[in-house]
Amino acid sequence: MSDPTTFDPVEAIIADAGQMPEAKSSRRSTFAAVVLPPLAVGAAIVGLWYFTSYVLLDPKRRFLLQPPHEVWSVGFADWDNFSTMLEGMWSSSKVAFWGLLIAILLGFVLAIVMSQAKVVERAIFPYAVVLQAIPILAIVPLIGFWFGYGFSSRVLVCVIIALFPIVVNTLFGLLSAEQGMHDLFTLHKASRLTRLRRLMFPAALPAVFAGLRISAGLSVIGAIVGDFFFGQGEVGIGQLLKRYANRLEGEQLFASVILSSALGVSVFLFFGWLSGRLIGKWAGESRGN
Amino acid sequence: MSQPALSFRNVSMTFPDGTRALSDVSFDVDRGEFVTIVGPSGCGKSTLLKIASGLLNASAGDITVDRDRIGYVFQDATLLPWRTVRRNVELLAELHGIDKAERASLAQTAVELVGLQGFENHFPRSLSGGMKMRASLARTLTLKPPVFLFDEPFGAVDEITRERLNEETLRLFEQERFAGLFITHSISEAVFLSTKVYVMSARPGRLVASFDVPFEYPRRPDLRFDARFAELCGQVSLALRGAHS
Repeated sequence: MSDPTTFDPVEAIIADAGQMPEAKSSRRSTFAAVVLPPLAVGAAIVGLWYFTSYVLLDPKRRFLLQPPHEVWSVGFADWDNFSTMLEGMWSSSKVAFWGLLIAILLGFVLAIVMSQAKVVERAIFPYAVVLQAIPILAIVPLIGFWFGYGFSSRVLVCVIIALFPIVVNTLFGLLSAEQGMHDLFTLHKASRLTRLRRLMFPAALPAVFAGLRISAGLSVIGAIVGDFFFGQGEVGIGQLLKRYANRLEGEQLFASVILSSALGVSVFLFFGWLSGRLIGKWAGESRGN
Repeated sequence: MSQPALSFRNVSMTFPDGTRALSDVSFDVDRGEFVTIVGPSGCGKSTLLKIASGLLNASAGDITVDRDRIGYVFQDATLLPWRTVRRNVELLAELHGIDKAERASLAQTAVELVGLQGFENHFPRSLSGGMKMRASLARTLTLKPPVFLFDEPFGAVDEITRERLNEETLRLFEQERFAGLFITHSISEAVFLSTKVYVMSARPGRLVASFDVPFEYPRRPDLRFDARFAELCGQVSLALRGAHS
């Protein structure tokens, strides 16, 4: 037989009674089913983009949407431009990271406290909802007035925007253990701490990770929005977006948008990967009978 | 005279919303006795077990039982999905502060008793319903409970698995001779397992009939085809109909 990493259709037909070619062709069809559809949509988007730049827009108005290769050569391939963006990304990433970390710690503490007594949940939950309902754009200038435009104010914006999904998902997760499991712990006189550590916390993990994936993306958005509105201090990706927009530098603007979204996607993927590593083995649907 | 392992005296239960679940229930279970209560769904059978275990407090009456190492097998397997079979079986020993080495050996013995060898490192999600129930039984066995409460544990598995699990429960009882209190709505399950069968009326639950089961242990699976077995099942069935007509 051939090397299992390659696929030879001729050999597959000759050896059609064997198991391996079948497995390989099913792997090939999985590849086709998983990878091809998004690639096709991506190609269609790029095609539409070129069409808009060259056909719909006349040359005088082409700055509105520069074609993809211009974005590449000016935004990414020009080191001067690209390094400026990377510095902005680095600054915004730091803000998003610290904001997320604080939101996680604070969110866990709040959710754990709320999970311990219904009355505490009733007391705190409405304010968590209020905090979530305030448009972040409304609160950013206030934060600027009160705390200045420095690093800590930007982190605060991230905390405010990222906190709610962590609190809600963690609380939901902590309360998700079945009554029968609680009865089991009650029967064997488990302490509050034992119940929290051995039952409620592990039961919460799938929901916690769902919350983290949402909040990580929100924290990146918070870092960019804060920087965009503060418009001063260390230059992050938000200020760059504003600068490129004002100067009609479409290539850099597009490159920055792509970079910011790549940051959001990578934190989302990171937490998905982490969740798979930590709880993938047991979480998910039961096989039943 | 020695105390029975579990004793109910004139126990009644009324929930705060006014629902009367149990009315004046009295019975004893001695060590080496396997008592089953049969009744239709919603007659207060589960409430009775919750009271026996201390999960609920009765509104009236006296209950005597040593709750220190009480065994309770729930309707669902209630395995912790993040723990492997081995770690699930070790859980109760862990909650009782038994050290790691002893825990492991208790768990291993229990896993072998229920025939789950080879599945110690599986997570619950990859087990069938019957295997989950076995793991749940093994978990309870680690504490060697003098009193074993079963809350319709095999209601959710198919008939063939159920019969096999009945035979295994019987084997465990023959070996460990605990005081067993079993709740079910299956008459043949009740007669097959028990030394004594009580029939419970509809809400509020009362014990309206009792039957001594004369068959010797160890019991063989083909006891189910015995004419006397069928006759006793018929009598229990009649009493059950009488209690609910």
